Amino acid sequence: MSRQRHAGRSALLATLALGLLLAPPVKHALESSMTMQMLLQLPLLVGVGYALAIALPAKALARAAPWNRFGLTGLVLVSVVGALWMLPRALDASVTEPLVGAAKYMSLPLLIGLPLALSWPHMNFIVRGVFLLEGIATCFRLGWLYLISPDRLCALYLLDDQRRLGQYLLVIGAALLLAVAGKLLWGRFDAADAAAPK
Amino acid sequence: MSVLRTLLASVTLLLAGGVALNATTGGFRVFTTESARRAAVRAHPVTVPPAALQTQSGTRINLADLHGKWLVVDFIYTRCPSYCIALGAEFAQLQDRLAGPIAQGQVQLLSISFDPTYDTPPQLAAYLQRSRDRGHGWIAARPLDADGLHGLKRAFGLTVIADGFDGYVHNAAIHVVDPRGQLVEIFDLGELERVELAVREGLSP
Repeated sequence: MSRQRHAGRSALLATLALGLLLAPPVKHALESSMTMQMLLQLPLLVGVGYALAIALPAKALARAAPWNRFGLTGLVLVSVVGALWMLPRALDASVTEPLVGAAKYMSLPLLIGLPLALSWPHMNFIVRGVFLLEGIATCFRLGWLYLISPDRLCALYLLDDQRRLGQYLLVIGAALLLAVAGKLLWGRFDAADAAAPK
Repeated sequence: MSVLRTLLASVTLLLAGGVALNATTGGFRVFTTESARRAAVRAHPVTVPPAALQTQSGTRINLADLHGKWLVVDFIYTRCPSYCIALGAEFAQLQDRLAGPIAQGQVQLLSISFDPTYDTPPQLAAYLQRSRDRGHGWIAARPLDADGLHGLKRAFGLTVIADGFDGYVHNAAIHVVDPRGQLVEIFDLGELERVELAVREGLSP
């Protein structure tokens, strides 16, 4: 398949997914629980940005690349914006305040999904490993916090919901850890996989 | 060159991110909506709107009529099996702690129901009795119209969600309103000393 057709399909997919996520019944359902918002809505929005990145023209990519050596800039952006969306008050406000809600729908695709997709191919496997392990550690930290916290961290969601999310995060963290361990043990690390210096 | 450009872009983003995080968390202190609401009220007191209320004796009053006194306010529903029982017990203790100012008409305790359909005056009276109301300076009331309740929820930052078992989960707290009708402090359950201190400090400028 040509790159152009690939890009076209990717753009279509991103648009459709964003439209679906914006549909009021879907949005309402996904925001009705903390678990759904954090484990479905937010990752799907990141996925929209990831698909958008594939649709970007090669020219734009070439112009951005010198500013993103080893994918470092993208990594910083993803981490900072990710930290903002980990604040319980941000999750609450994204449901109750329309402006914050709009910021969520814009920033997760454009400031997390897109830069992650652009940076990942340029990151060498040590940087990838650090990034993944930090992600795994975050799953464990948040999961543990949600499980043991006697207080509701989000004003909009129930304690049961928060604890269930905590359990899921521990499971997800463990699954990612196993995947990384599997890659270390049996995976292949080609030269093409590592950052190719230019 | 591209290493320098990348470094520049990364450091800029890191600084911008730090500024944004610092602003969103009020200097890395406020992470939840509840703590944000308390910090916001402390920094910028909120004017409490008027609201038509019906008390446990059936009397109709307006929240604005109570201005001129220090108000200690909580939000409850009388079927509540947890927080509202604790809040009730604490309000009864506040009646003892603030007995002097209450007797002089300087302080009023007020429990407002956010479930006005069920919480009729007899239910409110029963709630006071269960909470060992000392019989002075404590009103339990329900808003008479939906607009009034909505205005109170907004001004006080009250969030009520259904708990899935025919009850509610809410951000239980003790609110202090000054005589000008400004919400000035919000305290947790169990912070009776601080509530008493805030009111007494307000009374003796």
